Amino acid sequence: MHVEQISIFIENKFGRLAEVTRILGDAGVNIRTLSLADTSDFGILRLIVNDTEKAKSVLKERGFTVSKTEVVAVEIPDRPGGLADILQVLDASGINVEYMYAFVERCGENAVMIFRFDETRKAIEALTAKSFTVLPGERLYSM
Amino acid sequence: MFFNEEFETLPREAIEALQLKRLKAMVARVQESVPFYRESLAKAGITADSIRSLADLARLPFTYKQDMRDSYPYRMFAVPMEDIVRIHASSGTTGKPTVVGYTRKDIDNWSELMARSFVAAGVHKGDIIHNSYGYGLFTGGLGAHYGAERLGASVIPMSGGNTKKQIMIMQDFGSTVLTCTPSYSLFMAEAAREEGIDFRDLKLRVGIFGAEPWSEEMRRDIEGKLNLSAVDIYGLSEIMGPGVAIECCEAKKGLHIWEDHFIPEIIDPETGEVLGEGKVGELVITTITKEGIPLIRYRTRDITSITYEPCICGRTHARIARMSGRSDDMLIIRGVNVFPSQIESILMGVEGVEPHYVLIVDRKDNLDTLEVQVEVGENIFSDEIKHLQALSSKIEKQIKEMLGVTCRVRLVEPKSITRSEGKAKRVIDNRNKA
Repeated sequence: MHVEQISIFIENKFGRLAEVTRILGDAGVNIRTLSLADTSDFGILRLIVNDTEKAKSVLKERGFTVSKTEVVAVEIPDRPGGLADILQVLDASGINVEYMYAFVERCGENAVMIFRFDETRKAIEALTAKSFTVLPGERLYSM
Repeated sequence: MFFNEEFETLPREAIEALQLKRLKAMVARVQESVPFYRESLAKAGITADSIRSLADLARLPFTYKQDMRDSYPYRMFAVPMEDIVRIHASSGTTGKPTVVGYTRKDIDNWSELMARSFVAAGVHKGDIIHNSYGYGLFTGGLGAHYGAERLGASVIPMSGGNTKKQIMIMQDFGSTVLTCTPSYSLFMAEAAREEGIDFRDLKLRVGIFGAEPWSEEMRRDIEGKLNLSAVDIYGLSEIMGPGVAIECCEAKKGLHIWEDHFIPEIIDPETGEVLGEGKVGELVITTITKEGIPLIRYRTRDITSITYEPCICGRTHARIARMSGRSDDMLIIRGVNVFPSQIESILMGVEGVEPHYVLIVDRKDNLDTLEVQVEVGENIFSDEIKHLQALSSKIEKQIKEMLGVTCRVRLVEPKSITRSEGKAKRVIDNRNKA
């Protein structure tokens, strides 16, 4: 039930982000959503794409350091308190959110959030037990 | 295994007797034929006859690199040009190079010492030596070449550069021994990997690496990545070239310096005072058999220590510790002495860190700053910022604890640090630039 995310190490230098996205574009890889975490020296670009393996190999070929991580996509009712309800469930189960970001597309009436948990499996169990919808990767890659 | 068992295992008293005899003969020779020494020995009140024991060596004046520069190109030569059969020169990073001349006998001795060094490293007849030291004015290429031929091994005179071809030849020719700088060996392994070739699958058995200081941790890294036994070799063109000292494959604990040709001393670089066994200081070498350009107490500027303890390999020649650096390479950061090799040791001790780093020294608001750039490879990369920051601060903390300097670790993209085909450039010092 998890989603594959690739993370790329990029130095805070002019044009690096453009280069990564250009490489992916040229390889015909479509970015579904992304988030960028940065420090003064470097950033970590996290992407969900339609073809994880291809994205990983074209970037590695061009000398980038790339890794694959499992993240979880959860549907969130698009109303006040929607996100708070989910976080409360996680909190009650003692699960930490390492980071999270929003998915660009909606899934029906719901918003979609991407989570990176310290314990992925436990998080999925806790959320599904409370009837939250966890989206499989295949759904997301083609959304 | 020895190349010249008799001389490599001479009892200490015999080595010292031979040294004294050869020292006196050398002093008499240079007093006769080199105006520079005639003058400096006269000033110190030394004649060959006044040298009665090896302890008298401490009374002799030092020879500095500058003396050789001042004698550019041939004024330090002790024989007429018709007796010189080869001329080498050291890379002069500033100003004129240092020129050295060899007689036929010098080339002969050098070949023997290099052959001894090969055998000490575990090389034998039948080995295919892939020699990637540069051929030319630099002594590395030809020095190793002549030693390989003297030993009777097959030598491939590759010289440096053209990495793709190096890898192809190594693979197709079945090279069993690699000679180059340690940083270039890693560069080649990395380049090979990109071509889909794993260095561990090659026939290489022994690697003889020198011409730049490298750490014990880097040895482990090279041995793992190249699947060979890596030994350190030492030499400098002023004294001879490669093969002045070598680690034996049996112990890999210190480099045997061929004492029947060289007398090593360790001195305090500030006071010039001779230091005892085990004390760290500057290595000073007196050549006692060289004809072309004999040198008395040459200040190598290399920092090491010496031991006369017997070695398990059976060689009786003293061992010098692996160089912690050249005194010229020593950085003084806010008053603390730091060798790049010490930082390398710390970096290589951190799980997953690749041996590609550069130190950037600068001065901001009248304070020295040190930035250590480390490449982020897959082994240390994480999708979480906090893990990468933890890695940086771990390295910063270890450098602070072990060396006493505050630095800032900057994580950089792979391959962003320039690779070298010869001596690696580890330090960029921006302090003296206006």
